[in-house]
Amino acid sequence: MGQKYSNLVKNAVGRMVPTEVNGQKQVPYQGVGKYKPDARKFGPRISSCADFPEDGNKQVASLKVALVKAGLKDGMTITTHHHFRNGDLVANQIFDIAKELGVKGLRWVPSASFPCHEHLIQYLEDGTIHHIEGSMNGPLGRFASYGNMKGMGILRSHGGRYQAIQDGELQIDITVIGAACADSFGNANGLFGPSASGLLGFALADSQYADKVIVVTDNMVPFPCSPWQIQGNYVDYTVQIDKVGIPEKIISGTTQITKSPDRLLLAEMTAQFCLEAGIIKDGFSFQSGAGGTSLAVGNYFAKIMREKNIKARFARGGSNKYLVDMLNEGLIEYILDGQTFDLDGVKSMAENPNHVWTSPFTSYNYHGKGNFAGLVDVVILGATEVDVNFNANVVTHSDGLLLHGIGGWQNCLFSKTVVLPIPLFRDRIPVILDEVTTICGPGELIDVIVTERGIAINPKRKDLIEKLKDSNLPIKTIQELKEEAEKICGKPAKPEFDDELVAVIKWVDGTIIDSVRKVKS
Amino acid sequence: MSNKIATAGNTGKKIRSDCFVTLELKDKGGIQIEQKSKVEVLYGKANIELCNEVLKFYGIENALLTLEDKGAIPLIIAARIEAAVKQLIDTDKEYFLEFIEENKYFSEKEQFRFSRLYLPGNSPSMMLNAGIHEPNGIILDLEDSVAFDRKKEAQLVVRNTLRGINFYGAERMVRINQFPKGLEDLKYLVPHNVHMLLVPKCEGADQIKELEEKIEEIKKLHNIKRPVLLMPIIESALGVEKAFEIASVSENVVALAIGLEDYTADLGTKRTNEAVESFYARTRIVNACKAARIQAIDSVFSDVGDMDALRENVKASKGLGFEGMGCIHPRQIKVIHESFAPEPDEIEKAKKVVNAFIDATERGLGVVSLGTKMIDPPVVKRAETTINLAISLGLISENWREEFLNNE
Repeated sequence: MGQKYSNLVKNAVGRMVPTEVNGQKQVPYQGVGKYKPDARKFGPRISSCADFPEDGNKQVASLKVALVKAGLKDGMTITTHHHFRNGDLVANQIFDIAKELGVKGLRWVPSASFPCHEHLIQYLEDGTIHHIEGSMNGPLGRFASYGNMKGMGILRSHGGRYQAIQDGELQIDITVIGAACADSFGNANGLFGPSASGLLGFALADSQYADKVIVVTDNMVPFPCSPWQIQGNYVDYTVQIDKVGIPEKIISGTTQITKSPDRLLLAEMTAQFCLEAGIIKDGFSFQSGAGGTSLAVGNYFAKIMREKNIKARFARGGSNKYLVDMLNEGLIEYILDGQTFDLDGVKSMAENPNHVWTSPFTSYNYHGKGNFAGLVDVVILGATEVDVNFNANVVTHSDGLLLHGIGGWQNCLFSKTVVLPIPLFRDRIPVILDEVTTICGPGELIDVIVTERGIAINPKRKDLIEKLKDSNLPIKTIQELKEEAEKICGKPAKPEFDDELVAVIKWVDGTIIDSVRKVKS
Repeated sequence: MSNKIATAGNTGKKIRSDCFVTLELKDKGGIQIEQKSKVEVLYGKANIELCNEVLKFYGIENALLTLEDKGAIPLIIAARIEAAVKQLIDTDKEYFLEFIEENKYFSEKEQFRFSRLYLPGNSPSMMLNAGIHEPNGIILDLEDSVAFDRKKEAQLVVRNTLRGINFYGAERMVRINQFPKGLEDLKYLVPHNVHMLLVPKCEGADQIKELEEKIEEIKKLHNIKRPVLLMPIIESALGVEKAFEIASVSENVVALAIGLEDYTADLGTKRTNEAVESFYARTRIVNACKAARIQAIDSVFSDVGDMDALRENVKASKGLGFEGMGCIHPRQIKVIHESFAPEPDEIEKAKKVVNAFIDATERGLGVVSLGTKMIDPPVVKRAETTINLAISLGLISENWREEFLNNE
């Protein structure tokens, strides 16, 4: 369907964005650090112990009972989390129940969606779900891109989701927290049990601010469930079900080091760049994503650190076997973990006090008194597109389809140096353009683009340009890289869009940085 | 015309940067083009224009062309259409896209050939990025990696690749088909600045002579002055016996390579990691090459996952006198370069020898000595080679001697 908007305004990066979305007023993006709301945080209702069982046992018979007791009804906002990634069995059940109860027009706010949630397309079609606010990966993104969702999608970063809940932009009626381990009081963690996935950080804001909080587990232990990553004092109901996740799918398929020689070269160049820029030095900190190339970058970091006897103070980010090995080897002192990608990570978090679990509040929330992302010396990120002004896109492809979420990407841009290793083109699709399809991050925060054919440094980073001036690495301008790609692939045509909007992209402060238009089918 | 439908190219789930075309000639109805492309939004229109242009070039007015595109660049699409056209129409006309400026460089007889990366000639996906891994040479293979019924379309892909894909300075090599079939490949290569031809299963000087005659013919036709260098590959017992004859037949033969898979098959034995079975052949070839003053190049190492074993293999190869090795995976290149490079103690020794030589020359002494030891001229020559190699690999600076004298 898409939404026709007549009152679009141009924001500070020159993109046309709506001033109202799904009936809620919106603020257009004003620039980095410009928008500072003068208001108080959202205040959830006051609860009383008098209303809860004296023995602390809040367990009810089923998820359906919990949802009914929580007052599930038309138009409510329901939130879930992606700790079980593509093995999640909780979100689909919630909406199966909603359908069974005949509830309509729900707003679903997952911290991220996965291909396993394709099941929910039927509920978007029949009106059980009105729209999604959260990452729309794969099938759901495709569905939304063609304007099939009744409401407008809203995409937020992990930090932006915390911010929106904390600030009251996003008020939650019911949150359902799937946990690998819990007690009947509601204390919960992601560390133990068949669906162990590490931590429950993405559910923190929901537990603190939602009207009703339901904890679902397949591993109910006697009180106390320790450590309590989610505090039972926030929880209304607890439920035990057979299975909350499919373990082999919780361990995401993206957590293998790439075998592609081209990507390995890209990773090696990235690490070499960081070394020559003087970033890899004793006591430094870094964050590298879970994609194959990012993992390879971490591996090359380790190699350099070993050779030069360098230790990092901390590594932030999704943890996995490779990072854990570095911790155990003594190459890094602390892992500040936001999301655990494999069982080595889960085990390490449970056993090693230097493997610390964090949340979008500590790491990413822009409306806080600082956050960890800004303390990181270098972050390695991906992008689907970058433009000659260093603006980058992570949500849409060059054909206009919305296929990815933002994750922590926007939040990580506040690191001291942001490096994007990306191939110059993917199957003839150039990655560097005059203008990105969708702006997710403003160029002023993006420092270095590493491609297999050359490295472009943002002209703003005169210090990096100076440091690399005698380097053997192929330093080029971003314009040169763009032309090189076009020489090989040809100049790409622009995708055609309808006037209707299908989604908006929020910046970390809750303003709208860009909108996504309906793709012409 | 009996056969009115032709196909060319590759399709399937795993195929990337390639396309599959089906061409059906018709009696009427004009040109119809049906496209299914992964990049239709970005390049759909450009693809259709290209299809029309190629068909028009061949004077085709009525046809149905189906293009199943997996992100192929124009020169690949053009090669695929040309291949389909040539199955239906008898024509010598060749459809060319631009010969890019970056590809107008040359190679020399004396240059390092530590690594040469093999790329299957009918699989475009690996060609675009081959050069970024900086092998000394890139081999577009028309022989074993191309299925028998795809030889003709591979010739066109290789020709267009030589014209339009930048290998960033790597020596531009093609492995032609076995003699005499390989003669048919030449007209697609010689006019397009191929630097070197690899001649598989070479078994005698006469083959090289005949090949060169044909090359000269084509060069004359296109007014090409530069030589086309040759690297015969010895892959049989007979080839080994004739190694010196082959190595010395022409000044354009600048290296001999050994192909161990076929050689061991010819011996009726198995190829092992220890390579005892090919010891004779390898040393014989090294000897033949040194006698003819050309380079001896080793076979490929096929376990692409085991870099440690590769490193050992290269060290052994270097020890026998080989000066290069084939690669079938880009990640092997760096290991091969590092392993053929002189080692630190070798470089230090070479510095002392070359310094003593310069010193002696400056002082007008006829005899070079280091301490109490006299140094023979071949030792000096080898030391000079080592130093030059180290400089070119960036292991020492060109002004190494200043530093050396300061430290004395």
